[in-house]
Parts: sequence; structure tokens; C-alpha cells
Amino acid sequence: MLGMSANSVSYNEQGSVESGVDAAQENRITTLLGWNEDLKEMLESNKESLKLEAMKRIVGVFHPKIKNLKKLVYVYLVRYAEEQQDLALLSISTFQRALKDPNQLIRASALRVLSSIRVPIIVPIMMLAIKEAATDLSPYVRKTAAHAIQKLYSLDPDQKEHLIEVIEKLLKDKSTLVAGSVVMAFEEVCPDRIDLIHKNYRKLCNLLVDVEEWGQVVIIHMLTRYARTQFVSPWREDAVFDENSAKAFYDSEEERRVDQSKPYIMDPDHRLLLRNTKPLLQSRNTAVVMAVSQLYWHLAPKHELSIITKSLVRLLRSHREVQYIVLQNIATMSIQRKGMFEPFMKSFYVRSTDATHIKTLKLEILTNLANEANISTILREFQTYVKSQDKAFAAATIQAIGCCATNISEVTDTCLNGLVLLLSNRDETVVAESVVVIKKLLQTQPSQHSDIIKHMAKLFDNITVPMARASILWLMGEYCEHVPKIAPDVLRKMAKTFTDEEDIVKLQIVNLAAKLYLTNSKQTKLLTQYILNLGKYDQNYDIRDRTRFIRQLIVPNEKSGALSKYARRILMAPKPAPVLQSAFKDRDRFQLGTLSHTLNSQASGYLELSDWPAVAPDQSVRNVEVVEPVRLPCIYLVFKDNVKNSESEENSDDSNKSSSSQSEKSSSESDSEKKKTLKNKKPQQQKLDSKDSTKLVLKGSYDAISSFPFSLECYKLMRVLMLLLLFCLTVSPVPVTTPKSSILSPNLLSDLQGLLISPTASALQVGVSPVFVPETSHELLHRMTGKGLSAQYRFTRQPCIYGNSMVSLQLTLSNSTDQALENIHISEKSSTGQNIHRFNAIERLEPQASVTVSMGVDFNDSTQAANFQLCTKEDEFSVSIQPAVGELLLPITMSEADFTKEQGKLVGMNESSATITMTPENVSSQSVNRKVVSVANLGVIPSGQENIYRFSGKTVSSGSLVLVSVVLKDPDAVITINTEKTVMGSMLLRQVKTALTNSGP
Amino acid sequence: MIHSLFLINASGDIFLEKHWKSVVSRSVCDYFFEALERATEPENVPPVIPTPHHYLINVLRHRIYFVAVIQSEVPPLFVIEFLHRVVDTFQDYFGVCTEAAIKDNVVVVYELLEEMLDNGFPLATESNILKELIKPPTILRTVVNTITGSTNVGEQLPTGQLSVVPWRRTGVKYTNNEAYFDVVEEIDAIIDKSGSTITAEIQGVIDACVKLTGMPDLTLSFMNPRLLDDVSFHPCVRFKRWEAERILSFIPPDGNFRLLSYHVSSQNLVAIPVYVKHNISFREGSSQGRFELTLGPKQTMGKAVESVLVSSQLPRGVLNANLNPSQGTYTFDPVTKLLSWDVGKINPQKLPSLKGSMSLQTGASKPDENPTINIQFKIQQLAISGLKVNRLDMYGEKYKPFKGIKYMTKAGKFQVRT
Repeated sequence: MLGMSANSVSYNEQGSVESGVDAAQENRITTLLGWNEDLKEMLESNKESLKLEAMKRIVGVFHPKIKNLKKLVYVYLVRYAEEQQDLALLSISTFQRALKDPNQLIRASALRVLSSIRVPIIVPIMMLAIKEAATDLSPYVRKTAAHAIQKLYSLDPDQKEHLIEVIEKLLKDKSTLVAGSVVMAFEEVCPDRIDLIHKNYRKLCNLLVDVEEWGQVVIIHMLTRYARTQFVSPWREDAVFDENSAKAFYDSEEERRVDQSKPYIMDPDHRLLLRNTKPLLQSRNTAVVMAVSQLYWHLAPKHELSIITKSLVRLLRSHREVQYIVLQNIATMSIQRKGMFEPFMKSFYVRSTDATHIKTLKLEILTNLANEANISTILREFQTYVKSQDKAFAAATIQAIGCCATNISEVTDTCLNGLVLLLSNRDETVVAESVVVIKKLLQTQPSQHSDIIKHMAKLFDNITVPMARASILWLMGEYCEHVPKIAPDVLRKMAKTFTDEEDIVKLQIVNLAAKLYLTNSKQTKLLTQYILNLGKYDQNYDIRDRTRFIRQLIVPNEKSGALSKYARRILMAPKPAPVLQSAFKDRDRFQLGTLSHTLNSQASGYLELSDWPAVAPDQSVRNVEVVEPVRLPCIYLVFKDNVKNSESEENSDDSNKSSSSQSEKSSSESDSEKKKTLKNKKPQQQKLDSKDSTKLVLKGSYDAISSFPFSLECYKLMRVLMLLLLFCLTVSPVPVTTPKSSILSPNLLSDLQGLLISPTASALQVGVSPVFVPETSHELLHRMTGKGLSAQYRFTRQPCIYGNSMVSLQLTLSNSTDQALENIHISEKSSTGQNIHRFNAIERLEPQASVTVSMGVDFNDSTQAANFQLCTKEDEFSVSIQPAVGELLLPITMSEADFTKEQGKLVGMNESSATITMTPENVSSQSVNRKVVSVANLGVIPSGQENIYRFSGKTVSSGSLVLVSVVLKDPDAVITINTEKTVMGSMLLRQVKTALTNSGP
Repeated sequence: MIHSLFLINASGDIFLEKHWKSVVSRSVCDYFFEALERATEPENVPPVIPTPHHYLINVLRHRIYFVAVIQSEVPPLFVIEFLHRVVDTFQDYFGVCTEAAIKDNVVVVYELLEEMLDNGFPLATESNILKELIKPPTILRTVVNTITGSTNVGEQLPTGQLSVVPWRRTGVKYTNNEAYFDVVEEIDAIIDKSGSTITAEIQGVIDACVKLTGMPDLTLSFMNPRLLDDVSFHPCVRFKRWEAERILSFIPPDGNFRLLSYHVSSQNLVAIPVYVKHNISFREGSSQGRFELTLGPKQTMGKAVESVLVSSQLPRGVLNANLNPSQGTYTFDPVTKLLSWDVGKINPQKLPSLKGSMSLQTGASKPDENPTINIQFKIQQLAISGLKVNRLDMYGEKYKPFKGIKYMTKAGKFQVRT
């Protein structure tokens, strides 16, 4: 590459909005590719010669390896399509063509880019492309189709119903490549359609091990939700079991065989899921391990849960961020099931190098794990943490000690003593935290701890943190009866320092004074009054307010009402002890491993895990009928694909393998086994006596091929198979459709050149999507003549996907009889010479139903009607489609300058013009544009002059240019049409003329 | 799933952004910057940050934050694991994953990101497939590309994605066929003040470098597979075979990869190869503190302990340290208070020591806690758990490969509390 300067690395989209489209465009290309500044200057300059030189250089860079450029153009296109919709549309036809490429990788990447272009106009094209790709022979293309479903859904949620159909189809897919992607699409589009999973449940379970790791995560999460709706809880108490099973005993035939002493029987499908996910605990991908763990947590019987412990602990060796998530989940689990993680307690010991949030989580888990047996070890460990340099962590440890002390009554005293020791710590935060925790602890059992309160009173002078001082004062007041001698003394000291204290401390002094006044008024009456007087004139109104309230409450005077009688009961009421509980207590309402669980609040798009059903829903929905080996057409086509690829000598062995991945042979199967199948099947090939055996052989050898790496032997086998197939085909003919266009070689090169250079060079014309698509449809077959079958057609004005020279048509067939019509199709014989792409035969059309199909007709740039036979099972109807000349065009766009240049080339015989008188209401630019584009499928060219309108298009078959210009000279207008196709030109002129002279819309 | 990715450097600049769906404005990162400001250390930024419309999941590697923007519910580990995979890929491609390397290879970076995610869902994360799609830059290729104007995008379409062995490309050819396996074990331990072990465990990995022609099928067996308590495999390993026979059977990816990581069962006592004698003390009322540290070998099975590096975060009150190492060099950063001592090899006859005094800030009171000492070391040709590879066999190809196995023991998170 040219010098990729570091400063142009990140492109900034804000700056370029104001500048012209072209300049912005260049800017982006250059910054994206990191080009030199001078090249940019050259492109922006006004001199033609400089621009030309720059273009040459750009093309020079790209030319040798145009193919390589594709990727960057794709990146660019997808990034800016939403902002520059018109320009993005120019590329669509290229991708549409690439969708038919014989190489599966090109098909896939074309679909990938096409579906990434976020332009609402192309939704129908995308829909069509997805439907086609979903039935592609290559699993890789089908995988891309599954990805495209999500993209289309986010672009246009109205397509949901159609997309669900595609999802349903793809869910049936047996390839491991597709499974993950389609389940992802399912989760995004229709996570509530559990019914789509039933038939595929067992298959998904069995494929799971071989699916790529990201797909595994998605499938496991989906199956967890599924299982919670379909199976009964394996956690039920034994007592409950007996009742239920007694009923079930007579209900279900399956359970009749089972021993009565074991009442709960797990659904075999439930067991299948657990069994098949277990090996994934060994995955190197942490997300997979977590997904399996949460599956076991939510679905497995309690006694099987222990197997996930080891794997989760293993994840703690991973990166910091992984640790964070895993520890959070372990914290939630450890609240409910201590035993699971207790043997691994030491793995949660804190290291000084851990990040703070990791440390707090580990502390949380250690607290949850604490029990009578291990508490001494944990407390010893906590002692180290309290001394940590990280003071926030030290404070959290003290909280944790408090938790342990309340939870385990045996150690409450030890903890309290330890905490009291901490009171002499030098660090204020540690002391403060200790006092607060001690206060909470004492509240639970105050009577035995008067000495601790005494000790705290002694330390009181040294403690400066307001919260801690306030806590001690509160304790004094609350339990003043236990320390009758000390409390008044503390109050005396506080009276001295009252004015210097913090507000929070002052409030507690007032509280203490009031409580002492009530219990020991003899000693403290004067002190209290003094303090109340001080408080009366405090600066803080809260304190003044409280003082006034307390005075009225405790000092009886004539004004005070009945309330003062109850003062003692109000102030000295026993207070409930605070409950110290884990912050992870309520997290179990979320499914483990989810974002919502991590945040402890419901994230958008979170899907609730349902409760177990009381009675299991019908199990038989998951039964899949065994499909008879009628895979014949499929085999044939797959085989054909192979041959085609080997002919083109393009990685023949790999394409073999690709198709073989359909056979879902896991790689873990040993090779020897495969050889065995091969040998077993070979002798059978000799006897070709009956059709059945042929099928068997076919299937066998097909399996062998698909599971066997490509080799000469395999090739020989393939030839044998081919002969067999030919034989079979003569016995039972199978309709085979080969898309004709697949032979077309991709002509991406020129298109890409055009796409890239068009904003600057503007010398090329590129197809755009139609400006206007008429809704009116024409009658093809009236229901009277069609004996109940009626048909209407309309021109979609889109480039036809069946062939480049075809006009695309939409056919709506409806049945107005009261019987179903069968096998509606277009007869092979075409009376006129047109090339017609027929729609696939409609097998059955119900009464009063209608169906829309698309077809393509090559009119060969003439308005001659296309005649063909529309057939049903019983009848044939001759019908004809007469196209208007405007429908034989496709819109293109070009710059104004190019238009004049091209027009200059098409003069003389190629030009036809007419002057008309415009009706006044047609003069506005909108109405002229609308009228012209409704008559003919042309692109509008942005015009610099006010009274000139230009339109351009090309004929569908030959691609000749058609240029239309309308020049208004009040009140007249001159219409000029320039095209090589003079006949078309004059016909078009006539139609435009009529359209513009007619008034009305 | 993943909507956008922002790369943010240590000074808080967004230097690269990539969007897989519609464009998310950069301003979404403001919430991240807020969290960054609140955090005292770079590592303390919470990995998941909720914002009104999005969720930011970030990963910090090589002093670069990789911030992914999420719009709806997704397993957070899914995103985190993917981001780490991105970093690993960059490292694989450019040798280092620094801001400069990313900027220098911005085209490759964009190509890689485009291939790795499709519409926010991982597409190709396997290094082998990516390398087929996009060739890693080398000096030679950069020169050639500059002259000829070509890019790094592979000429051929990747086929690995389609095969049943997605991790291996086809048509691999080498003149020297070789397979190397490194058994690396790490000891995680916490040693308390008195020198007794609080917790110790061994984690091991087997990293492989396999350069073999064709489609070889390898089996690796151990002398003592029972040692392995908990294992996780590269996807190439056949799990059923391991379950049944305790043999690793696999078709290897081409090049470097991690075959296996394991945990040695906790029943086995862990041998601690080094001991530390320490005396770090501060006197009340004095502005001086004593610092003495001596290292010695212990249970090393006769092998030398090499590349020893001691580091310790001294208390905040310490102003400076005036120390004297008997071997190696030491540095003390007065700003971060980080002491590190590069010891080198431990000679059992003459034990390395670091002695001297620390001066405290005037007026600062005696620190009430002692620093933790972190130790790094390496022991060559020894797997401390005693794990031994029995044999390596190759099937499916005719040639005789060269096989090599190396053992090494390292310190993982090895901490001594004082």
C-alpha cells in the first residue's frame, strides 16, 4: 500500500457532513485506505488534467489485484450505505449477479454484503435473496442466509412472518455450520416460537459438540429456556414425587415399566441435553463453559451439579474480565449451595495484585462459604486483608467479618473481640467501619456486651470519624441501662465539645441526652437542659428542629400534650436488629451468565426463564419421523456440484468436503470405521438387480464419499455412483432444475471499478433501483376464460434475477372456483421466440386462494407480445403479455455533464423530438418527474437548470442508452429522446407526450 | 450482538472505531471515560458499564481498552471472550498489540475485524482460517506491496471454513516435518509470613508448534495421565478418546496452537521451589525502616532456578529505599512505590540477598502493614507436577516427522505475605 500515515487512521464522519457529497466520499476512501494527502488534493483540484492523473494513480494501485480490493470496497460500502443510500444502490445489481456465482464462497459473500446494506428500498431484493440462499446446496451459503435474516429483521421488522418461514426451514438443516447461526436468528426474530424447536430438539442436542464455539453458546442458552418449558422439575421433594408418580403410573405407558421405588423419571430428552452438554465443560472457550454451567444450574438435578464446580474454578485462571463475570456467578450460586464451592475455598483467597472489584467479589464468596467448620481459617485470612493497603478493601473486609459474625453465632464473640482490637487501628476508615459493624452486632445481643460498650466509651476520645462517634453515642444512649455510670460521664464530655462536633454527632448527642434524661434524670437533668439550650441556637435547622421536638417531648410543661406521657415508650422502644445479608441475595431472579445478572437489572431483550411446568407437555412433539432414503435428487445435485467443481479445477477436494459436511459425520469418528463402511458397501455395488438395493448402495456410497477425504479411490467411487445415478434416473425420472445463469462468470471487476470511481470520475453509468414502481396490474387471464383461474401481472421494474436481459414480472394467480387447482405451470412450448423464465409449478392452489410468483421474459427490446400457455392439470390457456415500451427499460444514473456528452453522440437519426403545450398544473418539477417515470422506467438526473429535466435509462436486452430530456419554454415544452433504438424512441416519445399533455395525476 | 468496537489508548483517545450494524456515535464512550475517571487504577474499571441505551463491555490488554457496544441481552462472557480473541489475533498478526502496531496496519485490522464478525456475530475466529483470508504482514511483503501496490488479502478463497476440519488448511507442505510440544506448568501460591503455604496449585498447558505436511493424525499419551484433574482442549482433540483411553488424539492445526490446558489435582502436594527469608520492619517514631530479603532454592529436583524477578509494592509512606543487592540490580520507583529486583539465577552456594534501609516521609506514621512480595522464576527441563509425555505417534502420512518435547516450570501468581 502507499504510505499509511498514522494520523489518518480514524475517520471522522462529523466533519464531512457539510462538505459536498463527492468530496466527503473521496475523503472517506482516502482516509480509509490511508492515502497520501497529495492524492487527495489532486482529486479535489479543479483542473481536469490533475484529476485525471490522480484517477490513473488510483486505478494503477488497484488494477493489478482488483480482486483483492473487493474486501475494502465492501467494508466501505457497508459502513456508508445508510448515509449515502442512492450511491449504495448503484452496487446492488452487482451483488445480485454474484448471488448466482458457481463458487459458494462468492455467493456467500455477495449475500453477506447485500444484506449488510441498510437501505430500506432493497428489502424485497434481500428477502428474495435470503429465500434462495436458504435452499442453497452449500451449507456455508445457508449459514450466511441465517445471518442475513437478522440483518433484514432489524432493517424491516414487518418481514417477520416471512423470515420465520425461512428460519423454520433452516432449523431443519442438518449441517453443523448452519445450526449456530440459525438459532441466533431464531433468538433475535422469534424467541417465543418454541414450537419450531420441538422437531429439531434432538438433532440440535446431537450436533452440539461439533458446532463452532460461538454457536454453542447461543444454542445452549436457547435450549435452557426450551427445557424449562418442556420438562418437569428434577428438584422436587420426595414426598411430592410419590403423589405425582402414582398418577403418572397409570397414565403413561412409558413409566409403567419403571421401578416404583424411584418415583421421578427424567424425560429421556432432558437427559440427552445434560449428557451432550457435559463434554463442553472442557471447552477452551470460557463463554461455552459458563453457558454449560448455567444450563446445569437451571436444569440438572441437584446432586449432579457438582461437576460444574471444577470448570468454573478453572476459569478463574483466565483474564481479569472473565474472572469478574465468573466470580459474580459463583457468588450467586454460593448463596444457595455452599457445599459446591467449599472444597475450592482457597481458590478465592485474595491476592494483592487483584483489581478492587475482583477482591470484593472474592470476599463476598468467602463470606457466603463460611460455616462452623471453616470459619477460623476464613477469619485468619480476613485478618490479613484488614491490613491491606487498599483501604476500601479493608473496610469491605470488616463488613464481611460482621456478616460472618451474625451468620455463625459461635464466632460472634471472637469477631467482636477482633473488631474491638481494630478500634485502635491508625486508619480512620478502618476504625469507623469497625464501629459501625460493632454497633450492628451489639444490637443483636446487647445484654452480654456491656464491657465492649465500656471499651468503646474509653476509645471515644481518640476516634475522630463522625460516623463512628455518632454510632458510639447512639450505642450509649440505647444501652444506657447497661452502663449506668459511664453514660452520664460521656454526656458531660460531649456537652463541653458540643459546638465543635459535626451535625451527625450533634444529633446523637441530643438523642443521648434525651434518653438519659428519661432513665436517669437525677444526674443529667441540668446537662440535658444545657445541651438543649445549645442546640436551640445551632446554625443547622435540623438540629434546632430536633432540639425543639425533644424538649417538648421530654420536659413536661403546660403546653405539651398527651405525647410526653409516652416519651419513654417512644424513645426507648426496642429496635429490630439490622439484617446483614449478601448483596447477591436477589440476583438469582435472573438467569445465570446473562448480562442482566451481571448488572442486577433487566437488560433490554432479556428473556425470562420460565418456571418448570407442573405437568410435562406432550413428549411426542419431539419425535421425528424416520425419513425414508428419498434423498435421491439431493444426492444427484450434490454430486453434480462436485463434478462441476472438479471440472473447473477449483479446490475440488475441498468442495467435496464442504458438501460432505451435510452428512454430519463428526471428525471424532475414527477413520478405520469409515474405511469399513466403504468396504462394506463396495461388494453391494455389484448387484444392481432391484431399485431398492440401488438406493441403498447409493446412500451408502454417498455417505462414504462424504465422510472420506478426497482421494483417487473416492473419485473412482464417484464415477460408479454417477453410472448408478443415470441408471436410477431412467427408472424413476426426477425433475432436475439447473439454474441457467450459474454459468455466467462473475463480472465483478468492471462493476467494482465503476462503483469505486463513480463519485469522482463520473464517466460511468451505473444501474440504480427504479424511481417509481407502478402498482397497477394488468390482466393476463380473466376468470371467465380461465375457468375460474385468473391471472394478473405487473412489472416490478427491478433488474431480473433470472437473467440480465430479462424483464422481471410478478404474476398473481388466484383461484375463484370452489375446487383446488393443481399443477399450475407455464407450458414448455412458447409460440413466439421469446426466452421465458418460468416460475416453478404450483402444485396446488386452494379455492379462493391466490399466490404471487415472479418470472422473467426477454422481450428482446421490442413491444411484441410474449405469448405462452398457462396450464393447469386439466386445461391450457393461451395468454399474452404486451409490454409498454417504458417497461423495457432499466434506470441508470449519470452526471449532467455525461448526459450532455452522451446526448451529443446520439443525434441525427437517433434523435426524435416533439413540442407540446403543457397544462399549467404539469409545469412543476415534481409533476414532470412523476409523469415521466410513471410512463417509463427511467432514472432522474439531478439537474442544475430549473426548466430542464433529464432522465436516463438503458434497454433491458441490449443495454442501449435511452436519454430523455424535457425542456420547458412557457407555455410549451420540448421533449427530446435520444437512443440508438429509433423505434423504441418514437414509441416512447408518443407515450411521454400523452402523459405530459394529460392533466390530472 | 456486538454493535460496535472502540479502541481507546491509555491517554483516553479513541483511535479506532468499527461498526458492524448501524453507526453508534462516539459519544457513547463518555460513559466509559466517566468510569475510567472514577477508577483509581486502570484495572479497576468495571468490565460491564450500563448506559441509558447501550451496554459497554470492555477489556484491557496491553494498555489499550477494547470497548464493545452492546444493545441488548447477551452473555457478557461471550463478548469478553471474543474481545480477547481479537487481541490474540492482532498479537498473532503483528507480533505485538500496541497502538502503533494497530495504526501501522490499519488496513489489515479493518479486514480482520470485518471477517471476524458478521452483523455482530462471530464468523471466523480461527487463526488458521483468517491467515488464509488475510495474510499477515511481514517486512518483505510490506516492501513488495509498496512497490507493486498489492494488498494483503489472500489470493485464494478460504476453504477451511467449509471443511469438516475447520482449524486446518489443506495442501500444507513442509520440507522439514517437525512437531514440537512445550509442557509449561505454572505454580500459583500464597505463602504466609512464617513461610508455610496457605494455598498452592499447579496449572499447566501444552503448547504445540506443528509443521507437518498433509493431514497427519497424531496421538499423544502420558506416563501418568491421572495427574491431570481438570482439562480443557483445543477443539481438534477427540474428546471421546480421551474419556475412554486418556490419550490425546487429534488432527493438529498448522503452526502454533494451545493443545491442552490442565489443572493438577489438589490431592498432590505442590513442591515449592523457592523460599524467602524476609525482615521488613519500621520502628515507631523513627523515619527509618529496615529491609532484608534472602532467596533460596527448595525442592527444585536438582534443577537451577532462573530468571528470578522479585517485586513488591512498598507502603505509601516510604519515601525512598537505599538497598544493596548481593547480585542483580534493583529499581525503586518513588512515585508508584514499586520495588523490583532482577535477581537472575539463584546460586545455592551463595544465596542472593537484598539488604538496606527505607526512609519514610517526614511526619508519616509507621505503616501498619507489610508489603506483599511477588516472585517470578523459571525452571527449565522440569514439570513440577511430574507429568511426563510417554509417546507421540503419527498416522495418516508416510514420512517420519521430527518430534521434540520440552518441559518448563514457571511461577504463576506466586506471592509471599510478610
